[in-house]
Amino acid sequence: MSDDALNAFRAEVRTWLEENCPQEMRDGASGEDAIVWGGRNWTFKSEAQKLWLERMADKGWTVPTWPVEYGGAGMDRAHHKILLDEMRKMGARVPLQSFGIWMLGPALLAFGTHEQKLQYLPPIARGEVRWCQGYSEPGAGSDLASVQTKAESDGDHYVVNGQKIWTSYADKADCIFALVRTDRDAPKHLGITFLLIDMETPGVSTKPIRLISGKSPFCETFFDDVRVPKANVVGTENRGWDVAKHLLTHEREMISGGGQGLLGGRPLGAVLNEQDGGLTDPVLRAEAMACEIDALAVALTLERYKDQAESGGGVGDASAMLKYAGTELNKRRHELMMSAGGADALMWDGKHDGLAADWLRTKANSIEGGTSEVMLSIISRRVLGLPA
Amino acid sequence: MSTLLLTEDETMLQDAARGFLDGAAPVSHFRKLRDAGQTHDAKLWAEMAQMGWTGVLVPEDAGGSDMGHAAAGVLAGELGKTLVTSPFISTAVIAATALRQVATDRARDALAAIADGSVIYGLAVDEGAKHDPDATQLEAKADGNGFRLSGTKGFVVDGSNADRLLVLAKTDAGLTLFDLPADREGITRTGQNMVDARDAAQVTFDNVQATGDDVLGSVDDAMTVLKPALEAGQAALSAEMLGLSAGAFAMTVGYLKERKQFGVEIGRFQALQHRAAHLWSETEITLSAVRHAGRKLDEDPNNATLAVSLAKARATQTAKLAVIEGVQMHGGIGMTDDFDMGFFMKRARVATEWLGDYGYHAAKVAAARGF
Ligand SMILES: Cc1cc2nc3c(=O)[nH]c(=O)nc-3n(C[C@H](O)[C@H](O)[C@H](O)COP(=O)(O)OP(=O)(O)OC[C@H]3O[C@@H](n4cnc5c(N)ncnc54)[C@H](O)[C@@H]3O)c2cc1C
Ligand SMILES: Cc1cc2nc3c(=O)[nH]c(=O)nc-3n(C[C@H](O)[C@H](O)[C@H](O)COP(=O)(O)OP(=O)(O)OC[C@H]3O[C@@H](n4cnc5c(N)ncnc54)[C@H](O)[C@@H]3O)c2cc1C
Repeated sequence: MSDDALNAFRAEVRTWLEENCPQEMRDGASGEDAIVWGGRNWTFKSEAQKLWLERMADKGWTVPTWPVEYGGAGMDRAHHKILLDEMRKMGARVPLQSFGIWMLGPALLAFGTHEQKLQYLPPIARGEVRWCQGYSEPGAGSDLASVQTKAESDGDHYVVNGQKIWTSYADKADCIFALVRTDRDAPKHLGITFLLIDMETPGVSTKPIRLISGKSPFCETFFDDVRVPKANVVGTENRGWDVAKHLLTHEREMISGGGQGLLGGRPLGAVLNEQDGGLTDPVLRAEAMACEIDALAVALTLERYKDQAESGGGVGDASAMLKYAGTELNKRRHELMMSAGGADALMWDGKHDGLAADWLRTKANSIEGGTSEVMLSIISRRVLGLPA
Repeated sequence: MSTLLLTEDETMLQDAARGFLDGAAPVSHFRKLRDAGQTHDAKLWAEMAQMGWTGVLVPEDAGGSDMGHAAAGVLAGELGKTLVTSPFISTAVIAATALRQVATDRARDALAAIADGSVIYGLAVDEGAKHDPDATQLEAKADGNGFRLSGTKGFVVDGSNADRLLVLAKTDAGLTLFDLPADREGITRTGQNMVDARDAAQVTFDNVQATGDDVLGSVDDAMTVLKPALEAGQAALSAEMLGLSAGAFAMTVGYLKERKQFGVEIGRFQALQHRAAHLWSETEITLSAVRHAGRKLDEDPNNATLAVSLAKARATQTAKLAVIEGVQMHGGIGMTDDFDMGFFMKRARVATEWLGDYGYHAAKVAAARGF
């Protein structure tokens, strides 16, 4: 791709954004209130929010790298970077975020049939169906392959029974992608199936769990004789672990990027300066400097791996490193922000509205999607080849 | 900007460099030099010139291969992996970059000499225990049409082996950079007994005569020439440090797989596995910063300070961790002189101090990021 062509594309993007991004959507907001998760029961916070999503979805720009026929724009990384760059310059909000975009989509693109892709991907791209992730169970956390929720064959259906836990937004989602056990006798990795289940199916119920941040975005999810068509299997029966792992690499990449996103790419120093009016404490300043250095290097590493993935090199097990480094960094940044805020940051609301809740929420980053310890074990075995 | 992946050319250069160095300069080669009390291998340097490495930053019209800073980083990284002793950074990177900033016939000739391997340069900037060009006290007093230099430089890397010295001096209204033959009258060089067994000298200047022709760039304006040269050196040194981190790490992981205690390979112990995995992560992250610095210097050299200091800051931390863990995870054997790990540790310490340590570069990053 020549620079000229890319420059022309940049100009085109800029013009389109200028003409189509509603003013209210140009404030760069990325907090919980600004997020559009979509779904059957979604209520937009404003007309502008709705319009912005529709316009972006029409262009395929909610999922720019997906193929056009599945609701995307078929962009390569060079074009995608330009789009993101122009949106950031304008302060344009991300029109739609969802587990469908981050996790299920990539897994379907890799493992789904053409029919499944046509059925599930465009509604994700348009924000019409919201998905949640049914992996973890009370007895299967880090040891995910120990899932016990069972799916028993009954003609062209499965009957699903069991319980999931820590299911983020299960009470708001329309559908769930779940790991279920379809063979009890096989070795644990070889008896798991990746199954798509509509949450409106009789027998599915959820119960919210409250987080230390005071919020309640995740749930226990129960399956009680839930009948699911066998056509809803992604990949093949008993080979769901491959799909699950592929999806996890995407999930990890997404979580690892959190460190940048939460500050909107702003330097930590600037954020801290605002908080304590000058960053005068030399110890805090030194820690912030060190954190900023690591943050910049981690951000470059994310870019490098994205380029590698694009060039066909794949990211593979290195996504464990991105997840580990990105989430530990994000926790560090939030500790520093809390320190800089001092007593002013200790209230749920007030001067640092939302900071305390964010700080607490970041503690989950190194747990969700696989803990830091699990990431280190993955690196140790699969990247370094150390004996298990 | 291009991506942080190696280009095809860079990959080929890397493979070729590795292949050559594994034969010509493995760590055992460094050990031989050290045991013989030598700090330079003229034959190796000549071969590096032959392959176009010394001319990596020399323009083609001066006989160089002009491959750029990213490529220089690739070479420095490979040199670092086996602790190759050579004046590559002081001469092929720092001096070449400085000389490129001026368009004189003298500079062109000097560049040609770097490319053909016939000259070695040393950089005489620092005077105190820490890198600090602004603290220069060595004076170049105006004397007729020329100058008289008096003062002392320390930690002049490759200073004993150098044919020429780039000397930073205080002049009437600022700092000035001189390019002097190392044997000019009044210059005394004393090789230092360095922990890494490489060449660094203390250089004293006793009323040394210099002419206007000896000035590189303009009088009172050293930084136009010196800043890009320092940044190029810092970026290449970061690459060398990352290379040595990788070299030490490979030994460590190898040992974890082979050493048995308690009836099993020690690499089975999670306490070591997780530390090794953490160390690998740090190495990967620093690699991005190092590549980025090379790309910035090639594509946007006037705005490369942040990228370069980021690379040097990360490289010092990563190298420190790699060698500390390297010794620790080897147990008793890691402490022995017969084993190579100590060489990596000592080189990492010296490279950390050269051209600015973590604190120096962290402060530059902070300034660039508006702290
Ligand atoms: C905010 C949040 C949102 C989440 N959202 C979802 C979701 O949407 N869907 C979903 O399916 N799950 C979700 N999870 C669950 C998450 O994936 C699990 O919590 C995670 O995998 C860890 O499992 P666990 O909680 O059972 O901890 P455990 O596995 O019991 O781990 C406890 C501790 O032991 C350590 N440990 C465990 N095994 C090892 C080992 N072999 N070596 C060393 N240390 C070990 C862990 O690292 C951890 O520190 C969410 C979790 C959180 C916190
Ligand atoms: C300067 C010096 C002086 C010494 N003096 C004496 C002396 O006077 N008398 C004497 O008898 N000995 C002496 N020693 C030997 C010393 O006690 C041993 O080096 C030490 O016990 C480690 O054993 P090792 O070297 O075989 O390392 P290893 O046991 O091979 O250990 C290699 C690495 O693996 C780690 N490791 C090993 N097992 C485990 C595990 N189960 N879990 C996690 N990590 C593990 C170690 O911590 C280490 O990092 C000396 C050593 C030194 C360096």
